[in-house]
Amino acid sequence: MICPASQTKAEKTKMIATLEETPSLQRASYGSVVASLEGISKNYGEVRALRNVNFTVGAGQVVALLGPNGAGKTTAVKLLLGLLQPSSGKARVFGGDPTNPHNRMRAGAMLQVGRVPETLRVREHIDLFSSYYPRPLPLEEVLAAAGLEKLRDRKFGDLSGGQRQRTLFALAICGDPDLLFLDEPTVGLDVEARRALWEEIRRLVERGKTVLLTTHYLQEADALADRIAVINQGAIIAEGTPAEIKAQTSGKRIRCVTTLGLASLLQIPGVTDAKQDREAVEIRTSEAESVVRALLARDASLSGLEITSAGLEDAFLALTQDNGENANRQN
Amino acid sequence: MSTAAAALTNTEIERSTSHNATIFLKEAKYEFLKNLRLRVYTASVISFPLMFYVLFGLVLNAKEVIGGTGVPTYLIATYGTFGVMGASLFGTASGLAADRGLGWLQVKRASPMPPFAYFTAKVVLSMIFSAIVVSLLLVLGISFGGVRMPLGEMARLLGTLVAGSLPFAAMGLAIGYFAGPNSAPAAINLIYLPLSFCSGLWVPYMFLPKLVRQIALALPPYHLSQLALGIVGAGRHESAATHWEVLFAFTLICLGVARIGFQRDQGKLYG
Repeated sequence: MICPASQTKAEKTKMIATLEETPSLQRASYGSVVASLEGISKNYGEVRALRNVNFTVGAGQVVALLGPNGAGKTTAVKLLLGLLQPSSGKARVFGGDPTNPHNRMRAGAMLQVGRVPETLRVREHIDLFSSYYPRPLPLEEVLAAAGLEKLRDRKFGDLSGGQRQRTLFALAICGDPDLLFLDEPTVGLDVEARRALWEEIRRLVERGKTVLLTTHYLQEADALADRIAVINQGAIIAEGTPAEIKAQTSGKRIRCVTTLGLASLLQIPGVTDAKQDREAVEIRTSEAESVVRALLARDASLSGLEITSAGLEDAFLALTQDNGENANRQN
Repeated sequence: MSTAAAALTNTEIERSTSHNATIFLKEAKYEFLKNLRLRVYTASVISFPLMFYVLFGLVLNAKEVIGGTGVPTYLIATYGTFGVMGASLFGTASGLAADRGLGWLQVKRASPMPPFAYFTAKVVLSMIFSAIVVSLLLVLGISFGGVRMPLGEMARLLGTLVAGSLPFAAMGLAIGYFAGPNSAPAAINLIYLPLSFCSGLWVPYMFLPKLVRQIALALPPYHLSQLALGIVGAGRHESAATHWEVLFAFTLICLGVARIGFQRDQGKLYG
């Protein structure tokens, strides 16, 4: 951006403001739904992998599809990538068919793979994938974003597990796509690598990209997503911001070391659940204060007291357990 | 800024023809490099035909004659066919079966890669390695076997055998679409080795048992080897056109089978 020196400060401020507005205006102009599954069902013979799923991804968002293994997350992503055809319903990307090359040129995907050609070097893989796109990122930028600068000449077969994941990530972003699909992107990465990848994803979103990520790491969904859709056994059982999902199970967790037995703990009014956790007990309740008062009154030697909000993990477990029970009752 | 704006609003992003050509070239280049660096592939595809040729054509039988043609010359045609078939089958089938079974082909299909580029690259790979094998056989034969061949004849032999790699590349695609990633090499060998024997690629045709000789008439490698032998003057004086027709029909059948496999893959792969 070259600003003529003669411009006044006011003019410059106005110009910068306009520029900052422009991206979101243009995002809105092509429609704010970037990807969607409408009434999607997908069966493999008798197995119903997805059951009447409705799901949208809005522009500039990070949406996490959160669910246990076998829930249907990867099937949903493959439908949106045009790798599978739905048994019924429609998958739409940029308002069109996912198999349309024009739409594929604006999307990038990181999938779980069992094999990547091992004799090609990192930069060769990136070079080849970049060639598919009309406006790819420069190689140096891709290597930097994926943390692969020192590994450019390494053959894929000589990479560690985490390095391989980062290479697959590089292949997903090398085309500078507007929409990024990440299927379990941090599986097998250590904590540092996972954090680095999260950082990179956040940077992409700041530049206006849209991300659909699937994961069974609850912490990951919580850390990255603007919206979470919880999926289990082929159906979306809850959808909302991380805070909304967490709010679906109200309550607190109380952890303490106590001489009181589980049976007497369950007697305390307000306690919904109690279980042993090594040397301590874990109590679920929505009335934390009165339960704590009762505990302290009944056991003067109580120690190691911790009170925490029900995390996403509890919300998730509660949701999937309920859903599992409902499904079983229906069957 | 304006480029980013264009990227967001332009729904008709096109690739120019030259861009597409670049993709095809790069796909072929990396397919070649990938396989070249695979010791197993390079060694088996190139070494086996050469080893057999050296053993049966240069060390033993070097002075023998088959139906008027010197053994070293005769065997260039037959082991050339053998080598071309191996290069094509192993070049396409095992890579395709592994890519399919283990998810790599899905990654490529999810990308904007034109699917045709993937297959073309594998076919080009087969042709390049076929050319290498035949050229090396010629070098060995001329240097150590006393083979004398006019340049034009060598060129025609090379051209015929490399063109003949296409039916087997098509066959490889058909096999690759139906074989599993681990069983593919074994499946290929189960087909490749008996086919080679029964087509007269090891034991020369005229020495095969009568029943086998009749079977051979239906086998594509037989027809390719006869075309090659015809060029070096050791053919059975059959019409070249018939041989080409058989090979062409075989190619079409294999491509049809491969296409069925391609369609089947759409619904089959489990997420």
